[in-house]
Amino acid sequence: MVRLTINGKTHDVDVDPNTPLLWVIREQVGLTGTKYGCGIAQCGACTVHVNGAAMRSCMLPVGTVVGQKITTIEGLATGKTLHKVQKAWVDHEVPQCGYCQSGMIMAAAALLAAKPKPTDADINAAITNICRCGTFQEVRAAIHAAAKTQA
Amino acid sequence: MKMNRRNFIVTSAAVTGGLALGFDPFGKQVVRAQDGSPEITAWVVIQPNDRVVIRMARSEMGQGTITGLAQLVAEELECDWNKVTYEYPTPGTSLKRKRVWGDFSTGGSRGIRTSHEYVRQGGAAARVMLVQAAANQWKVPASECVTSNSVITHKPSGRKTTYGKVAEAAAKLEPPKDVKLKDPKEWKVIGKPVKRLDTVDKVNGKQVYGFDLKLPGMLNAAIKDCPVFGGKLKSFDAGRVSGLKGVKKVVPVGDSAVAVVAETWWQAKTALDQLPIQWDEGPNAKVSQESILATLKEGLGASQAFVGNQNGDIKAGLAKATKTVEATYFYPFLNHAPMEPMNATARYTPERCEVWVPTQDGEASFAALLAASGLPADKCDVYKINLGGGFGRRGAFQDYVTQAVQIAKQMPGVPVKLLWTREEDMLHGHYHPIMMAKLTGGLDASGNLVGLHVRLSGQSILAAVRPHIVEQQKGRDPLTFQGLADTGEHAFGYSIPNLLIDHAMRNTHVPPGFWRGVNINQNAVFMECFMDELAQAAGQDELEFRRKNMQGLPRNLGVLNAVAQRIGWGKPAPQGVYRGLAQMKAFNSFVAAAAEISVRDGNKVKVHRIVAATDPGYAVNPAQIERQVSGSFVYGLSALFMQENTVKDGRIVEDNFHTFPSMRIGQMPKVETIIIADGGPIWGGIGEPTICVAAPAVMNAFFKATGKRLRDVPLKNQGIELV
Repeated sequence: MVRLTINGKTHDVDVDPNTPLLWVIREQVGLTGTKYGCGIAQCGACTVHVNGAAMRSCMLPVGTVVGQKITTIEGLATGKTLHKVQKAWVDHEVPQCGYCQSGMIMAAAALLAAKPKPTDADINAAITNICRCGTFQEVRAAIHAAAKTQA
Repeated sequence: MKMNRRNFIVTSAAVTGGLALGFDPFGKQVVRAQDGSPEITAWVVIQPNDRVVIRMARSEMGQGTITGLAQLVAEELECDWNKVTYEYPTPGTSLKRKRVWGDFSTGGSRGIRTSHEYVRQGGAAARVMLVQAAANQWKVPASECVTSNSVITHKPSGRKTTYGKVAEAAAKLEPPKDVKLKDPKEWKVIGKPVKRLDTVDKVNGKQVYGFDLKLPGMLNAAIKDCPVFGGKLKSFDAGRVSGLKGVKKVVPVGDSAVAVVAETWWQAKTALDQLPIQWDEGPNAKVSQESILATLKEGLGASQAFVGNQNGDIKAGLAKATKTVEATYFYPFLNHAPMEPMNATARYTPERCEVWVPTQDGEASFAALLAASGLPADKCDVYKINLGGGFGRRGAFQDYVTQAVQIAKQMPGVPVKLLWTREEDMLHGHYHPIMMAKLTGGLDASGNLVGLHVRLSGQSILAAVRPHIVEQQKGRDPLTFQGLADTGEHAFGYSIPNLLIDHAMRNTHVPPGFWRGVNINQNAVFMECFMDELAQAAGQDELEFRRKNMQGLPRNLGVLNAVAQRIGWGKPAPQGVYRGLAQMKAFNSFVAAAAEISVRDGNKVKVHRIVAATDPGYAVNPAQIERQVSGSFVYGLSALFMQENTVKDGRIVEDNFHTFPSMRIGQMPKVETIIIADGGPIWGGIGEPTICVAAPAVMNAFFKATGKRLRDVPLKNQGIELV
């Protein structure tokens, strides 16, 4: 049995501790906003926050994050109030197919938490997620816009 | 499966009738949506609270087609755009209703350009019926009523009602026999950058992709198909994994694959990794990249080839040239690699078979389901789910549906979700066709182009995917000549005397497919880089040289001039920055690009800026067109610089994003999109055409920067990096 804290809730899951966090979030906890894209931490579709830092969950054994504060895309908003990154994503109509966007948003939110006014170079260094639709132009604009908003 | 798809299309086309206005066998009987709201026409359901549900057959995979199509319906319906939502009819329902929603296929950039008329008519007919219903209630002539934002007003009396209030009565009326569509000058919603209908759920994790589907009692399957195309499954040792936690069953799938079904997908995948499997790889295991390339090279000089475009006398033209230029180009196999790997969920009983699937073509999924289940159409249906990317992988090819049904048949009554690993997805694609080209151009003493021979050698998509078309064409694949064709939606963009463009078809065992843009990707590289080579051999400016060879092609010239002007062609570029151009016609749109790049250390390429012009005739949603253009350059330039699938021992070598990389945000150029939409009889496509001009524009700029001509894609094989 593994005890996890996800989006402020405690989950006791009966799972092999070597199971990647991604699959526990999706299949045991039932939150499907976090995506599988490659399974080798290349694409970033599985990005979640572990103690506020962006982590790729597809290769992260669940046994290593016991007791850590895990946040998924479903836990980013505060109640019905979207996180400023989500709000900027809506305003700039960033998503196309949208599949990579949970991970992209989580990476962007972690970047803004660490660097409230990121430069283009900061964005290039921190956002290494793959998007096959090619939404990068809107991603960059939305991150800069979110950086300008309060809270 | 291909035969079934074909038969299905023929059969269903034969019963098509009354498509335009949504007449259907239900006649005057009111058809209701699931929530009980009445259907006015097949495209329009109106709820009592005035909410408008627009139903369409095409699929949303990120390209914005659903929003664009809804704009077309809403324009004629005169409804409040803020009350619009959408839903997909099922292919089974469509078939029962004589394909009232038309073609489900969402490929070839056809979503809007081939259905704009009938969806607008569907909206217009619904408006006429709603007005008539209000007029009947008020006992006034319908001609005295006007509509705006879902409100009907009787002008003389000022009485008002809403669509929601008269929807029940309207649904009982006969649809009008014919309706008049608005003049484009009157459009209020079409042509506006209205917000997409599907954004919010994509930022909060709520959007359900096929891969997220949950059904009661559902199990999960992981699959391995023989890594060599055409190979077979020989045996597997289920006993070695059947005791693992969660594992329910190990099943053969067709004659070439094996799947593990378990409680969770991770359990299924883990067990599959441990499953001993024996393959019969067959004769294709001897095929290598080298053997494929040798076949293509032979085709470059072969005496037999299918003609795609010719005029004048190529031999005479080249004979009178004082200077001949010759070059050979190459474009590789490419996997589509959408972010969401292939998946489908199936539930089978002898009485009913259902599939839930992210698909670019619900009817193709339905055909695959019917073939695999063996059940008649009235016992089956497909429920479409929005796609995590398509790019051509999820339309004509429904292998994952076939597999899901084959698995579900071995576990009757249990819904089974099949999800491919990324590795499975990479190794079992339907790849961009591999192609070489040898181009020979002749210049006279004044530098005029007096003859051009383009010899293509490589794979045909249609020979593998639509063999009946190739049969009709006596072995020729007309699609190979996209952007080079003598006429039509992919017509050649130059007026060259003494022209021959032909194709030595050299097929391989690697299955080819329609990859965003399809054959314009390589044809634009071949043709547009070679035009620069010719211009340079003639000692002429690349823009001027093109213009001289574009007589009678005003729209090609229009987009080319637009990008040249915006990029500042002919004026000095910033220090260390070099420019390149390209133009083409594809999917009935005219496209051009101008790129600005710099090169460090001879091999590190920074693409600073691409100006792209697209002339589709009509621009339904300019904001989404901009996103399609800039997004397509991520796809196209990833391929140009860093992607290639190669073959070793009959199988694909690159199995994930570490060996098949994709552009990151730091490598993204600034893209400026110019849209030209001056109307006319023809609507052009958006999702694909513009992708093709980015690569040659960048390659041409690279020559300007370095003096080195690049002719082989991907550029990584020449040590070149995108930075």
